[in-house]
Amino acid sequence: MSDRPSPDDGLSAAGLAAKYGLAVSGARPRLVEYVRQLWGRRHFILAFSQAKLTAQYSQAKLGQLWQVATPLLNAAVYFFIFGVILEADRGMPREVYIPFLVTGVFVFTFTQSSVMAGVRAISGNLGLVRALHFPRAALPVSFALQQLQQLLFSMIVLFVVSIGFGSYPKLSWLLIIPALVLQFLFNTGLALIMARWGASTPDLAQLMPFVMRTWMYASGVMFSIPVMLADKPQWLADVLQWNPAAIYMDLMRFALIDGYGSENLPPHVWAVAGGWAALFALGGFVYFWQSEERYGRG
Amino acid sequence: MADPIPGDKIPTVIADELHIVYRVNGAKTGKGSATSALSRIVRRGDSPGVRKVHAVRGVSFVSYRGEAVGLIGSNGSGKSTLLRAIAGLLPAESGHVYTDGQPSLLGVNAALMNDLTGERNVILGGLAMGMSREEIKERYQQIVDFSGINEKGDFITLPMRTYSSGMAARLRFSIAAAKDHDVLMIDEALATGDRSFQKRSEDRIRELRKHAGTVFLVSHNNKSIRDTCDRVLWLERGELRMDGPTDEVLKEYEKFTGK
Repeated sequence: MSDRPSPDDGLSAAGLAAKYGLAVSGARPRLVEYVRQLWGRRHFILAFSQAKLTAQYSQAKLGQLWQVATPLLNAAVYFFIFGVILEADRGMPREVYIPFLVTGVFVFTFTQSSVMAGVRAISGNLGLVRALHFPRAALPVSFALQQLQQLLFSMIVLFVVSIGFGSYPKLSWLLIIPALVLQFLFNTGLALIMARWGASTPDLAQLMPFVMRTWMYASGVMFSIPVMLADKPQWLADVLQWNPAAIYMDLMRFALIDGYGSENLPPHVWAVAGGWAALFALGGFVYFWQSEERYGRG
Repeated sequence: MADPIPGDKIPTVIADELHIVYRVNGAKTGKGSATSALSRIVRRGDSPGVRKVHAVRGVSFVSYRGEAVGLIGSNGSGKSTLLRAIAGLLPAESGHVYTDGQPSLLGVNAALMNDLTGERNVILGGLAMGMSREEIKERYQQIVDFSGINEKGDFITLPMRTYSSGMAARLRFSIAAAKDHDVLMIDEALATGDRSFQKRSEDRIRELRKHAGTVFLVSHNNKSIRDTCDRVLWLERGELRMDGPTDEVLKEYEKFTGK
């Protein structure tokens, strides 16, 4: 084959590639093109997240019932420890505190599990990354979407708990939807950032549980920040209250619980919630894209 | 499969001084104990705990439309790594690979989940390869029939973990082979399933080859290389040892391996 004379003899590899319009294999597409490719894979992203969700409980006898039973048990454990033993309610009436606690646990778990799934999105799926072509952002986005679906199951439990403690469905429950959308955007951005870090440093998977636990205790999942920090400097309470996890929890509580009024929310709470979501979703996406061609390196 | 018109060769894949290096964590020394890991970090040698494996060393070649290229070499000589690099799935340490269109590896194993039914895996695998939902719906029956999973009863609605290893391999190949590719790369996919399925899959690969611009085949079976390829690249220790017509290279290779 190689002994046949050709008009292309003497051309360098790059020159030959340019002459026939060949492109560098595995090069990173431009941002707009990348978004287009990702959108083209939306069915895969959805199917992959649903498949992961289903596969989770497929060996259990109760099967998909665990989707609801797991959050319910979680809520029961937290109630027992913080509501009964530690009495962290600090003067909150019981019919407010229990939905307050359960909402906090579920909403925070949504962010927490998105982060943990994000860390392992690339490093835990190297086989997939090294076998098939798709925009790599599909993986972290898909994992965040899986957590959103998991949360929707938890919402069933949450509704039952709310109604059980006297907060009946009302118009403000509709606010749950924008709150969830914003939190999902925030989580997805965070998962994208974590995925890039986790791809180069898999050790993060060992470290993150501690970071997340600290974040959880600092965000007022099982206590009201203003009440608990009443005797501490004001700026500390402010910082804790403005952190995204606390913001999204408070929004959900405000929407859901009768006795949890707007006096518990920091000012401009929706603007802050939207700001966090936009910042992380856009920033995280661009940050992840910048390293696109390097994912999959061993 | 020679070129249709000599002198009118259109390149589809160009590899230019390609190097691939794997970085392996936690394999620096034989001892994997925590204390040795800690001492490595404290001592701050060059990138602690990471060992580099230079899998492909400076490989250059040009392949043309209509060619079927075989890749041979002993285990661990870098054949599969080279395929992945051509497909753009493994970033190159240095050097470049230029391709016409998107080369695809034949295989979807990594996207499938054992806990899901065969049915859902067909859909998931198809989507993972970039097929649309309509395309999958169209080819679904074809995939299932080809795999022969339902020959012994309704197995496609059972989770894949209940399949025998042969059945699972058949389904995986059937899903992977359902899509047509520009530049197709096959990594020892021929040797799956029982005899009748092997024959069927060989036919399917021949068919895929007809539609594909260029085919790369990695195999340890010299007969299947001889049957399908007209050019062979021989890799040894990550270096291109020989590149030429199938018969010439295979003769040298057989001499080398002592057959």
